[in-house]
Amino acid sequence: MRGSLRTSCLVAAALLVPLSASANEGLLVMQENPAEWVMPTGNYANHRYSKLAQINTGNAGQLQVAWTFSTGVLRGHEGGPLIIGDTMYVHAPFPNTVYALDLNNDATIKWKYEPKQDPDTIPVMCCDTVNRGPAYGDGKIFLYQADTTLVALDANTGKVLWKAVNGDPKVGATGTSAPMVVKDKVIVGISGGEFGVRGHLTAYDINTGKQVWRGYSMGPDSDTLMDPKKTTHLGKAVGKDSGTNTWEGDQWKIGGGTTWGWYSYDPELDLIYYGSGNPSTWNPAQRPGDNRWSMAIWARNPDTGMTKWVYQMTPHDEWDYDGINEMILADIPVKGKTRKALVHFDRNGFGYTLDRETGELLVAEKFDPAVNWATHVDMKTGRPQVVSQYSTDQNGEDVNSTGICPAALGSKDQQPAAFSPRTGLFYVPTNHVCMDYEPFRVSYTAGQPYVGATLSMYPAPGGKHMGNFIAWDASKGAIVWSNPELFSVWSGALATAGDVVFYGTLEGYLKAVDASTGRELYSFKTPSGIIGNVTTYMHRGQQYIAVLSGVGGWAGIGLAAGLTEPQAGLGAVGGYAALSNYTALGGQLTVFKLPD
Amino acid sequence: MIPYRGQWKIVSVGLLSIALGLIGPIPATAQDEEKPYVIKDGVVDWYTFSGFRRYHAECHVCHGPDGLGGSFAPALVESLKTLAYDDFLEVVVNGREKIGASVQSKMPAFGENLNVMCFVDDLYAYLKARSDGALGRGRPKKQPKPQEAKERDDACMG
Repeated sequence: MRGSLRTSCLVAAALLVPLSASANEGLLVMQENPAEWVMPTGNYANHRYSKLAQINTGNAGQLQVAWTFSTGVLRGHEGGPLIIGDTMYVHAPFPNTVYALDLNNDATIKWKYEPKQDPDTIPVMCCDTVNRGPAYGDGKIFLYQADTTLVALDANTGKVLWKAVNGDPKVGATGTSAPMVVKDKVIVGISGGEFGVRGHLTAYDINTGKQVWRGYSMGPDSDTLMDPKKTTHLGKAVGKDSGTNTWEGDQWKIGGGTTWGWYSYDPELDLIYYGSGNPSTWNPAQRPGDNRWSMAIWARNPDTGMTKWVYQMTPHDEWDYDGINEMILADIPVKGKTRKALVHFDRNGFGYTLDRETGELLVAEKFDPAVNWATHVDMKTGRPQVVSQYSTDQNGEDVNSTGICPAALGSKDQQPAAFSPRTGLFYVPTNHVCMDYEPFRVSYTAGQPYVGATLSMYPAPGGKHMGNFIAWDASKGAIVWSNPELFSVWSGALATAGDVVFYGTLEGYLKAVDASTGRELYSFKTPSGIIGNVTTYMHRGQQYIAVLSGVGGWAGIGLAAGLTEPQAGLGAVGGYAALSNYTALGGQLTVFKLPD
Repeated sequence: MIPYRGQWKIVSVGLLSIALGLIGPIPATAQDEEKPYVIKDGVVDWYTFSGFRRYHAECHVCHGPDGLGGSFAPALVESLKTLAYDDFLEVVVNGREKIGASVQSKMPAFGENLNVMCFVDDLYAYLKARSDGALGRGRPKKQPKPQEAKERDDACMG
């Protein structure tokens, strides 16, 4: 355990005060060591970038499989392993097994943890029984289980240190996201927007598991942790009870805005960033108003949970464009001036660049040319200018709105992008899928699906492919290069100092491409489709690339049986091959290296 | 708070029709268990369309688009070839569970879910049409919504 050896009686008192900061500082230091991969997002800024350069554009073509490991579970495998010292931590979907593998000893299993969970949790997980991985901090592994139990394990032994319960699966609240450790707290979100769960971000004490604060996505100020005068939206104070006054009646109590994406942290500004998801239900007619603060980017104080600023990207959602995708923190030039920026690729198809200190909107441009539901984002009001033809609200209940791009999957879902400080570019796994969407009336029953729309999805007009892997210039809001992929790219990217960018595909390929051009350098077909995030680390002088295979998740469900033929007139060509012709279920870690 | 699950578990199949009467009438279309749908010139009756629509809101995330099955749950275009109406109803109301080393399959009980139970016969009609091969994939062309369907939905959904 970190620090325990040097904690003598004499220094114990001196350590008491900065103890809370020590875990944070530990991770702040550890994230700089490229040999390790200490948090799912690579670092607090969510860069998913490694300084390792042993594998580079010249030799990536020679990569080979070093070793493999089966997780023993067949469902969709999101997230990726952590590497702390000489140990790799590998997780699985439900039942959320965690393995500690000894990298010094041929990846033998040091310990295994498998929680017992009520199978009733399975059917209330909307989009497969995924888990995006554990977090590390202060000598502990924090696992956020499907049943919303947050458990702290001793990183050396796997022994349970404490447990906390964050929600109730009986009302459809589940855990899928990866926690983040900030200072002396573990931050966790909640899933269940398709069950009318009111989203919240919650902080637990890393030593005791005691809940410290909880900030809801909607509700009175005491729930949202907003100061009516100090909390701002695009520079203006939000005013009293902004989390209820754009809702009708009590709908906000089952209002969604869940928080199942990734979290980032800026230690200098002392703010954590994340996004909130769709308002419940998917039928917009049942929830008039802007439905604040669903679909928003949040900046909260990690110690108190107080909201510094918030920005709602998609007021009154009509398409299920959850705002939960990662917030990448990068200091980049915008319009000739270096800004402390936050870059976010939203489900709604717009790539946003904001000032992360103030929440000022700097850039909002489409990162897939197919996006058609809005013409642009008004930079003064921050509101998307919705095209009536694609407005499922304006078209009304029981009307099928057709040809909306992107589909509910979004132009990008949770699969995180990467940022290379060397190229200054963002590498984004994207979907290129459109939809028809018909909303209709639904009734709420606790613990039962609360959806209220039927959808069909198909490739964007003019092509056969359903995904692109793109390089994005966030300063300008422009695509630099774009590689078409047959299916949605549902795997988190990795950028490296070797100027190689890695990602996986739904067919199961692990691909390495040139960061400058997108040229493919290496491709290997793993046993199952990849929806996991690519990781790199160094062990005994050798750089490794690791990725989980295991098709599933929303993409796996939606695509497993093949997309329906597109409706006539949409311009797309028929004959789309089903994903099941390319891959099958399977949970495996594949680790790559260069030849000895 | 509405009781969570289990309520229907004590209801035997024989009592289901009475129990269902509590939340809504069974439409006439369900009477014809063998062929509970009407398709003329590629246009389906409203109830079958309603089944398509509700299926793709409530069921398809597990059972796959168009009843074709997913990695979670079986293809209902196959199941409905042998699953009789009463058995279909029993599974929808009470759920079903198969938990093992390689299978973690859990069908929830929808007995208290109005979005399912008010349209359970529509779902049956749609899936039967699919499994009989009478209806292809995708969104079918539909007859207009009859007044009796409007009244039924309003009465059942409350």
